[in-house]
Amino acid sequence: MKFSAVSLARQALSGHKDWPAQWRSPEPKRYYDAIIVGAGGHGLATAYYMAKEHGIANVAVLEKGWLGGGNTGRNTTIIRSNYLWEASEGIYGHAHKLWPGLSQELNYNVMFSPRGVMLLAHNHHDEQAFRRHIHANRLAGIPNEWLTPEQARDFCPILNIDANIRYPVRGAALQRTGGTARHDAVAWGYARGASARGVDIIQNCEVKAILRDASGAVTGVETTKGEIATRKIGVVAAGNTSVVMAMAGLRMPLESFPLQALVSEPLKPVMPCVVMSNAVHAYMSQSDKGELVIGAGTDGYVSYSQTGGPHIAVSTLEAICEMFPITSRLKMLRNWGGIVDTTPDRSPILSKTPVAGLYVNCGWGTGGFKATPGSGHVFAHLLATGEPNEIAAPFALDRFRSGNLVNEATAAAVAH
Amino acid sequence: MLLIHCPYCEMERPEVEFKYGGQAHLVREPQKATDEEWTDFLYFRDNTRGLHAERWRHAVGCGRFFNCLRDTVSDKIAATYKAGEPRPSSP
Ligand SMILES: Cc1cc2nc3c(=O)[nH]c(=O)nc-3n(C[C@H](O)[C@H](O)[C@H](O)COP(=O)(O)OP(=O)(O)OC[C@H]3O[C@@H](n4cnc5c(N)ncnc54)[C@H](O)[C@@H]3O)c2cc1C
Ligand SMILES: [Zn+2]
Repeated sequence: MKFSAVSLARQALSGHKDWPAQWRSPEPKRYYDAIIVGAGGHGLATAYYMAKEHGIANVAVLEKGWLGGGNTGRNTTIIRSNYLWEASEGIYGHAHKLWPGLSQELNYNVMFSPRGVMLLAHNHHDEQAFRRHIHANRLAGIPNEWLTPEQARDFCPILNIDANIRYPVRGAALQRTGGTARHDAVAWGYARGASARGVDIIQNCEVKAILRDASGAVTGVETTKGEIATRKIGVVAAGNTSVVMAMAGLRMPLESFPLQALVSEPLKPVMPCVVMSNAVHAYMSQSDKGELVIGAGTDGYVSYSQTGGPHIAVSTLEAICEMFPITSRLKMLRNWGGIVDTTPDRSPILSKTPVAGLYVNCGWGTGGFKATPGSGHVFAHLLATGEPNEIAAPFALDRFRSGNLVNEATAAAVAH
Repeated sequence: MLLIHCPYCEMERPEVEFKYGGQAHLVREPQKATDEEWTDFLYFRDNTRGLHAERWRHAVGCGRFFNCLRDTVSDKIAATYKAGEPRPSSP
């Protein structure tokens, strides 16, 4: 069913009680042409583009919990593409080009809001690094510009630019085309679109083992809903990627850390943009409901607990109170954690693996929501054809052996 | 916040006194390692879901490195032990 003014009016007549389910919830078939492990935004987008652009619709997306319940539904939704290296500009830039048209593409309002993302520079090093980013981005045709402290305050009037505070603002890098989107809607929109094209989305279905033949090639998966045969598996399991890959005997260049976020009680509109501070690990924007959405830093140790230490959130809030004095008496409503899969170079992995038929899309760490459409799009190509396209190619697993890292870690350390 | 027992100070102290040092018991042998082994040493990790042997440093205490067995799902610490000691058998 297509959402439109007409369908809205028709459903209004019946008190909105007759809206159909937005995706099917079938029992698994015995065989699929491809199986995606993980129904986060990236896995669902992969399935959607496989069906739509490669005509491969006999695909199942298996999810151990509920779709979008992993990092997709836990993130602070910052979207930008002003990364340092060309390879990163390639993949994040590709995603950024898909965002503006995504609601139309999916016939589903993903609430993409390019309200501008401003990265604060607090010290000399930040300033040098951001200026270097700005020059690199401009060469690649990616918008990014330098603001003085006064210009930064004009762009975000609640920002404190007093020179005598603990984290003074020395300037900012602004990407005007950056912004936010509604995380759940992205997962739901791709789920609905994929399901309508024939993809089976199977929730509450945990992959427990990867089955292989004598040559080592994959032949299927064992799940909590039984065995399912396939010759192609795409693992898109974010924080649990190492666990799933170990089922095929593979070790990964990944460590899983908790990353926390919070939302405040709702306010009238006070913040017209997104503000990020990598130096103090504070990321803030205002949701359409009025809550301030606040991202914190990662906890310092490997964990799968989906929580984290309170001292991490507290140090972020201390910095937020100083940078935005208006927030100092605000109550926080909720605090949660997700488990992010970080790579040594802080860039993702979109790759074939040494196991025939096994592919992986992971390592998005603290900053993969922004890449959802682009990641799904290029990973669908990799799964369908067996070869990466030129956007995905630099993100092969093999780079850790060859030394061709895409090192975004030195530049920013974090990448929300 | 974790409460961590430092095996040198023999005291339980809050996590903020410590710094995490990654997976424990990795052997660094650049002279002997093949390219594969060296890649593995530099970048690949077990990233265990369950009981994980890891290094910690009592950064603002005695300053020393030690090892710790922790369940990465519950974050409960099963044991801490001095650097150089073998991994205790699972409790
Ligand atoms: C607090 C927080 C803030 C963030 N802020 C931002 C931000 O502002 N901007 C940004 O770009 N990114 C941000 N990120 C990162 C972003 O959320 C992730 O990179 C992105 O959502 C990853 O999407 P995904 O689909 O790969 O993973 P997920 O949404 O985590 O999906 C993976 C799915 O795999 C499932 N799964 C795992 N194991 C199995 C199994 N064995 N069988 C079946 N299913 C399995 C999981 O249940 C999960 O649903 C943030 C993350 C967190 C936690
Ligand atoms: Zn000590």
